Amino acid sequence: MNNKQLFSSGHTACSGCGQAIAARLVIETAGPNTIIANNTGCLEVFTTKYPESAWGVPFVHSLFENCAAVASGIEGALKYLGKKDNINIIAQGGDGGTADIGLQALSGMLERGHDILYVCYDNEAYMNTGIQRSGLTPFSANTTTSPAGAKSLGNPQYKKPMPEIALAHGIPYVATCSVGYLQDLQRKVKKALSIKGPKYIQIYVPCPLGWRHEPNSTLEVGKLVVETGLYPLIEYENGKLISVRKIKALPVEDYLKGQGRFKHLMANSEEIKKIQEIANNNIAKYGLKAEEAVSA
Amino acid sequence: MKEFLEGSIAVARVVKLCKPGVISAYPITPQTHIVEELAQIVANGELNSQFINVESEHSAASVVLGGSAAGVRVYTATSSQGLFYMSEVIFNIAGMRLPVVLTCANRAVSAPINIWNDHQDSISLRDAGWIQFYVENHQELADYHLMAYRLAEDKSVMLPAMVCMDGYTLTHAIDVLDMPTQEQVDKFLPSYKTSYKLDVDNPITMGPLADPDYYMEARYAIQETHKEVIKLIPKVTAEFSRVFGRSYNGLIEEYQVTDADKVIVAMGSVCGTIKEVINELRKKGKKVGLLKIVSYRPFPVSEIYESLKNVPKVGIIDRSLSLGSFAPLVSEIKAVFFGKNKKPAVISSFIVGLGGRDITKDSIRDVFGLMTSKEKACEFIDLKPELLKEEYE
Repeated sequence: MNNKQLFSSGHTACSGCGQAIAARLVIETAGPNTIIANNTGCLEVFTTKYPESAWGVPFVHSLFENCAAVASGIEGALKYLGKKDNINIIAQGGDGGTADIGLQALSGMLERGHDILYVCYDNEAYMNTGIQRSGLTPFSANTTTSPAGAKSLGNPQYKKPMPEIALAHGIPYVATCSVGYLQDLQRKVKKALSIKGPKYIQIYVPCPLGWRHEPNSTLEVGKLVVETGLYPLIEYENGKLISVRKIKALPVEDYLKGQGRFKHLMANSEEIKKIQEIANNNIAKYGLKAEEAVSA
Repeated sequence: MKEFLEGSIAVARVVKLCKPGVISAYPITPQTHIVEELAQIVANGELNSQFINVESEHSAASVVLGGSAAGVRVYTATSSQGLFYMSEVIFNIAGMRLPVVLTCANRAVSAPINIWNDHQDSISLRDAGWIQFYVENHQELADYHLMAYRLAEDKSVMLPAMVCMDGYTLTHAIDVLDMPTQEQVDKFLPSYKTSYKLDVDNPITMGPLADPDYYMEARYAIQETHKEVIKLIPKVTAEFSRVFGRSYNGLIEEYQVTDADKVIVAMGSVCGTIKEVINELRKKGKKVGLLKIVSYRPFPVSEIYESLKNVPKVGIIDRSLSLGSFAPLVSEIKAVFFGKNKKPAVISSFIVGLGGRDITKDSIRDVFGLMTSKEKACEFIDLKPELLKEEYE
């Protein structure tokens, strides 16, 4: 057991930051024999402000969109040196760096078959630049570039189906997690790292500042999104759905009401109905309801 | 051993002798022959290297960045739009002090789209912090790749290096060169070892955020290192000469400059044509010469000053533009002489061979002819006046 801190406290994340919790768990699960390549974003900024670093493992940040390619080069170098077998490589970024500007580099990494775990910390908007919408911003969310107004109900698009896009590359492991379920997160990271080849894990990480909820409700928000069916926790191995987290199927209002980014919807039952439909579709698609059987 | 090779093949074979552990590239004309040959060399088992085919130049540059950060010698090559697509990573590699070596097969940039040769691509990235060499012929393109690795990886340097070779004129032309042997290369270029790398036994953080309290010093350090590179290049060329028996200045090359009253300044393969014209004109008693800039970054200011300070008329050939201002090379050469007592009476500017427009001996004779006592601010050579009349509504 290595007692060295792999992710030290003292970094500059906001209080209640879901990404900080998830990132710490990811690296503590992966252990010291891990190299991280990180996209530009909150995580990189709040952990590596020179001359300090929160990281107790080798860590490289290059640009916003290229961690998957940088990690591919690291993997190539370790293979060349004959050291790859004992070392994990994790490429990680936020939702914008993953689903938008970094999608091409990620697709290349997945297609080439590198032995790398890609982790997307999904806080559903560009938080580092001040809460602009990304491809993973949910329907109707109020962000600074998809503001609610007299002629707008917030983000008009639906979340880009990143897990399915990753899955379509035929990679051996794809999973979603939430900071609401930390043991599930640890189990999936451990499982992913036990498999050779490219792996994709997407972690739901609330952002109290950007979503406008209380910092002490991060884990609760992380549970509600799952329990309503808006963020199914799913796990695919070799293209087969091997697990889903069963849920209570709470009404989506229970999730929406605690967050300022959905405040404009509260008096709009039509709009809430559309969001309930998203949840219902997920519940049906993955068999999320506790009494239903898993349908692959 | 003397060999008769296409320029691209010669580059690939020299890179092979440097034993890069990670190679990554994306196809673009006229660079592609280089990495095709390297791919075949790796496929044949003649080089132990990870050859990583990527989905874009941005990722090619990022892959070699990652490989270099992991402590391994790396290689990539590109041209034109490919270099521009890499440009964000190009600046990043230099800022991270990674000794990546890249071949730029020089090509014009869009629009209009044009796959032929000029220097606009690499010149546009002159501010990125890379060492930039412009080579004239096949022997130089082979030799300067070796020197690029040697310099880039020097502990006092740790900066990336770009070898710029003219597309087609050098990449696709077949010529004789003395190919280095593995034994010679091993003697000249030690295997790459660094403690500045991603290593689980000694974890470091690379690429941190530097706020206004720290950023300027990081940039200043690169500027200072370039001054060291100027001093190191003659030492490296001397080492090179001891191993390979070929001598280079490494910064500049003077050809018939000493007594010349007209000197052209140029870079790259056009220098071969210029030398031929000089030989012909010298036979007729004309005192003409050439100053070839080999190292464009770092820019050898004092060498240029010493070479040209007593030359009455200087003509600068740029194969690129800074649209809306003076051409890149002429503005920098003029800056060398600003405020100096000794300087050329005239420094004229000539734009030659953009987008693969042939540079013939006549083109060069025209340049010498136009180097009169009247300074030319920005004279385009070989323009077609009939095309300038075309209009659209």
